[in-house]
Amino acid sequence: MRRATAVAAAAAAFALALLLANLRPVMAWSGADTAGGSATAKTRAVKDAQYASPLEMALSPDGTRLYVICGQAGELRVLETASGRTLRTIGVGREPRGLALSPSGDRVFVANSWDDTISVIDTSRLAVIATWPETGEPSGAAFARNVQGSDALYVANRISNDVAVLDAKTGAERMRLAAGRGASYTTLAPDNSRLFVTHVYPNPGRHRTAPESEVTVIDAAKGRVVERLPLHSVAGVFHTAISRDGRLGAVVHLHPKNLVPMAHVEHGWVFGDSVTVFGADVGGAVEVPLDEIDRYFAMPFGVAIAPDKSRIYISNAGSDCVTVIDVSRLMRFIHSHPAPFAQDLSASANYVVARIPVGRNPRGILLSRDGRRLLVANRLDDTISAIDTRTNRVVSTFVLAGPKMLTGLRRGEQTFYSARFAFQGQFGCSNCHIDSTFDGLTWDLEPDGLGVDIVDNRLLEDLSGTEPFKWNGGNPGIPIECGIRTEKYIWRSENYDYRSLADLAAYVIGIPARPNRWRLPGGALSEAQERGQAIFNRDVDRFGKPIPIENRCSFCHSGPKGTSQRSFDVGTGKPTDRSGLFDTPQLLNIGLTAPYLHDGSAKSLEEIWTIFNPHDRHGRTNDLTKDQLNDLVEYLKTR
Amino acid sequence: MKRLITAWLLFAGAWAAAQTFAQAPSMPRFRFQNFTTADGLPDNHVFAVLVDGERVWAGTENGLGLYENHRWRTFSAQDGLAHRAVLSLALDPRTGDVWAGTMGGLSRISAGRIDSYTQLNSGLSNNIVYGVSVEGEDVWVATAAGGCRLNLRTGAWSLYNERNTPMTEIWTYGVSATPTKVYYAVWGSGVLEFDQNTHVWDKYDDPDGENELVLFRDQGLIHEIVTSVSYVDGILWVATYFGDSRYDGRYWHNFLTKDSGLPSNFTNFIKGVDATHAWFCTDKGLAYFDGVNWAVYRPSLADGRPEMTVRDGAGKATAILVTTAPAHNYILGIDFQGPDIWVATAKGLSHGIRQP
Repeated sequence: MRRATAVAAAAAAFALALLLANLRPVMAWSGADTAGGSATAKTRAVKDAQYASPLEMALSPDGTRLYVICGQAGELRVLETASGRTLRTIGVGREPRGLALSPSGDRVFVANSWDDTISVIDTSRLAVIATWPETGEPSGAAFARNVQGSDALYVANRISNDVAVLDAKTGAERMRLAAGRGASYTTLAPDNSRLFVTHVYPNPGRHRTAPESEVTVIDAAKGRVVERLPLHSVAGVFHTAISRDGRLGAVVHLHPKNLVPMAHVEHGWVFGDSVTVFGADVGGAVEVPLDEIDRYFAMPFGVAIAPDKSRIYISNAGSDCVTVIDVSRLMRFIHSHPAPFAQDLSASANYVVARIPVGRNPRGILLSRDGRRLLVANRLDDTISAIDTRTNRVVSTFVLAGPKMLTGLRRGEQTFYSARFAFQGQFGCSNCHIDSTFDGLTWDLEPDGLGVDIVDNRLLEDLSGTEPFKWNGGNPGIPIECGIRTEKYIWRSENYDYRSLADLAAYVIGIPARPNRWRLPGGALSEAQERGQAIFNRDVDRFGKPIPIENRCSFCHSGPKGTSQRSFDVGTGKPTDRSGLFDTPQLLNIGLTAPYLHDGSAKSLEEIWTIFNPHDRHGRTNDLTKDQLNDLVEYLKTR
Repeated sequence: MKRLITAWLLFAGAWAAAQTFAQAPSMPRFRFQNFTTADGLPDNHVFAVLVDGERVWAGTENGLGLYENHRWRTFSAQDGLAHRAVLSLALDPRTGDVWAGTMGGLSRISAGRIDSYTQLNSGLSNNIVYGVSVEGEDVWVATAAGGCRLNLRTGAWSLYNERNTPMTEIWTYGVSATPTKVYYAVWGSGVLEFDQNTHVWDKYDDPDGENELVLFRDQGLIHEIVTSVSYVDGILWVATYFGDSRYDGRYWHNFLTKDSGLPSNFTNFIKGVDATHAWFCTDKGLAYFDGVNWAVYRPSLADGRPEMTVRDGAGKATAILVTTAPAHNYILGIDFQGPDIWVATAKGLSHGIRQP
C-alpha cells in the first residue's frame, strides 16, 4: 500500500513538473485582466492563430469554391474545391462559429461568436466589406429570401438564446425570436420555407428531471416560430439536415444519463449519441442511437442527407469518424419495430452501414451537389477530408496552411475533445464541457448511491487561481482533477500517460474567459450594476447594522475571480450531500451558467437568495428590497 | 270606431318607432356568439382577451384558452403557465409571442413553449401581474408591487415604484406602452407617464384628491383609483371606477353617466381605437364611443334580454332591436379582429360578429 502511494506520489510529482513546464507559456497568456479575460482572449488569439481549426464550410453555387471558417485562426479561407488549394485567407472576427451564403453566392456572412459581429464578405473581391454589430454570441447564420418583404439573415445567438432577424442588406435588426438555450446552429430547408434552429444547452426545467431540448422551427418567410419539435431526455443538440424534398429531417444530439449515478459506464449509461429523424417520411419524430453495444460514436456534430435521400452522414467529433446510415433500412427498421429505440444499442446494426475514419475532431460536413463527395472539416488537425460516397472512403485530404508541429496546448486540446480514453470510447471531456465550457446539467458523478452528492457542472474558463476543484474542494489542482480523479471515476478504461496529462492540464487551465456580455462598452458598469457592486461590497445592512465579515458577499467571493478558494457551509447542503461544506465557486461569467448552487437546485441567480437563503447564511441578503436584489444580480453578471 | 282608433294607434306607434330608428345614429351592430365552458372555454370568468390574426386567446380564472380552427385548447400551470388565473394578455407583434400576466407571475407563450417569470426566479417585482404591454424589445408589466420592464435583449429587469417614480401607491393595474410614451394605471395613485425619449416620469392626479365627487366638468383625471389606460394616436384614454377620461396632452375630457352614454362609471377596462373612438368595459355593459355618439351592448339588467342602446350627441337615447348580446353585462376586456370584436365577460367570452 505504501509502495502504491509512493508510486502515485512520484507520478503526480512528475506530472506536476511537466505541467509546470507546459504552464509557462500559458501563464504568460493569462495576462493581467483576470476579471474579464479580454486581454487573455486577445493574447490567445495571437498565439493560436497559426492553427486553422476548420469548423464549418459552405460551397459556392457553382461548386467551385469552398468557404471554410477557421475558428481559432479567426479566418475565412477560400479554397478551390477540386484541388483544395487556398485562394484567399480573409481575416474575420474572433472565434467565428457559423457562416451563410447568399443564394446568388455574392455574399458570405460569418458569425464571429466572441466579437459579437457579423463579417460580410464580397465574394467577387474576396474581402470583408462590412462588419455588423450583433449581441448575444452569434453562432449560426442562414440567409433567407423575402422575409416580410426583403431578404434576411437569421442569426442564432448562444448566450441570448434567441435568433436575430437582420436585414440582409444593412444588418439592421428587425426582431429576435425566442429559441432554445444556447441557440447555435441553423439549417434552412432546401425550399426556403422553414428554418431549423438547435441549441447546445438544455432548456430550463425542474431540478433533477430529464433534460428537455427542442428544434425551433421558424417560418422563414414570416419570421415567426411556428413549432418547437421536442427532444426529450436530450441535451447538446448540434446540426440539422433536411432532405431536398423536405420530407425527411435529421438532427444529431447527445443523450446524457445524468440522473443516475455514474456507476456503470458500460451500456451507454453515461452518454448516448443519437439522431432524431422527423418529417413526413417518418410520420413524427423518432430518436435512434448511433452507438453500438460495445462501441460508441461520441459527439455527433454535423449531418447531411444525400440528394437522393439514400444516406445520412454524421460526423462523430469525439470519435474521429463519419457514420453512414442507410435511409431505407432505417425507415424499414423504424416502421417495423416498436419504439422507443433510444436506449437500444443493438438497433444501429439495422441501419448503420459504415464508419469512415477521418481526421481529429470532425465537425462541419458538406455534400457536393451531386452527392458524390462528402467534405469533412477536421478541426483539430487542420485538414479537410474528401470522401467518395460510393466507396465510403477518404480519397483525398486537404491540409490547411499552418504549422506542422503540435504544441503541448494543441495536443492537450486534442485529448480534451477525444472520447478514446473513456470505456469503449463513450465520451470525452467535451461531452460535458461543450466547446470547452459547460453543459447546463447536474450530474450524479460518484458511485455512492442514487441521488447522493449531486453536482452542478461548472464552467471551464480562466481557471488559474480558482483551485481547488470539485464542489467539495477535494482536488487541489488540475493534474489531479483531470488525471487520477477522471481516470478512476469517469473513464475507467485507459489512463493518460504523463505527457498527455500534462498537455491536457495545460490546455484546461489555459482556456480563456469569453468576453463578458453584461458590461457596458468599455467595461463600465451601469447604474444598477454599480448599486449592485456596492451591495456586494457592503459591510452594513439596509438597517445600518454591521454585517459580520464572514457574512459579506465579498468575503467568500473575494479576489479577482470571485473566489477565496476556500470551502464554507452556507446552509445549502442537502441530506443527500456528504458534507455541507462547499468550495466557493468563481464568479467569472456566472450569468451564463444556470443552474446554480452545488447541486444546481437554484434555477436562476435570484433563487439563490429568494429560495435557498432563508437564514442569511449565504450572505446577508434578506434585508434587501427586490430592487436591491435585482441590482446585486445585475452586478454579479458582470463578473 | 274602436277598431279605427286601434288601427290609428298602431300606425302612430309604428310611425314613431320608424322615426326613432331613422334618427338614431348609425353605430356598429353585432351578432354575438358566446362561448362558455360548454364550448370548451377553460372558465367562464374571462379576465382578458387577445386577438392574434385568426387566433383568439382568453385569459380566464382557470387557464389560458386558445381558440383556433374552431376549437379551444387550454394552457394550464401543468404546461408551465405561471398560474392558472390569467389576468392580462399582450402580443409581441414582431414575434407573435403572447405574454400572459397571471396571479402567480408572468408567462411567455411562444409556439407552444411557456417560459414563466416569477418574483422568486427572476427580477419580476411581484407575482400578481395585472397588466402587460410589449413595445419593441421591452415587456412592460403592471404588478401589485409596482411596474417593471424586462428587456428581452439583455434580460435585465428595471423596477418602478415609490423609490424611483412619482408613484405614491405601488398597486399598478394596467399599462400601455408605445414608442413615445408608457402609461401606467395606478390604483390610488393616478396615471404615471414615462417618456421613452427623455426617460422622465410624470404623474397625473385627480385635482380634488381622493374625493369621489367630480367638482368641475372636464376637471382632469376623475379619480386616483385608475383601472386601465390606453394610449393611441397621441390620445390617452383613462378608466376609473368613478368615470373615464380622454386626454390629448393639454385638455382633459371627462365621461360620466350623467353627461355621456356610459352605462356606468365603474369601468374595468378601456381600449382606444384611435384618437376619437374608444370602447369602455363597464360593470353594466360594453360601451362604444365614436367621438359624438354612444352605443351600449349588454343583456338587459332587468330581464337579461339582449339590448343595444344608441345615444346621440344631443343625449337622445334610442333602443335598437337586437337578438343577441355579450355573455354578461360585467365586461372585463375587449380586442378587435377586423370589424369584429371579442369581449371578455364575467360569464363567458363573446365574439361580436359585425353586421352590415
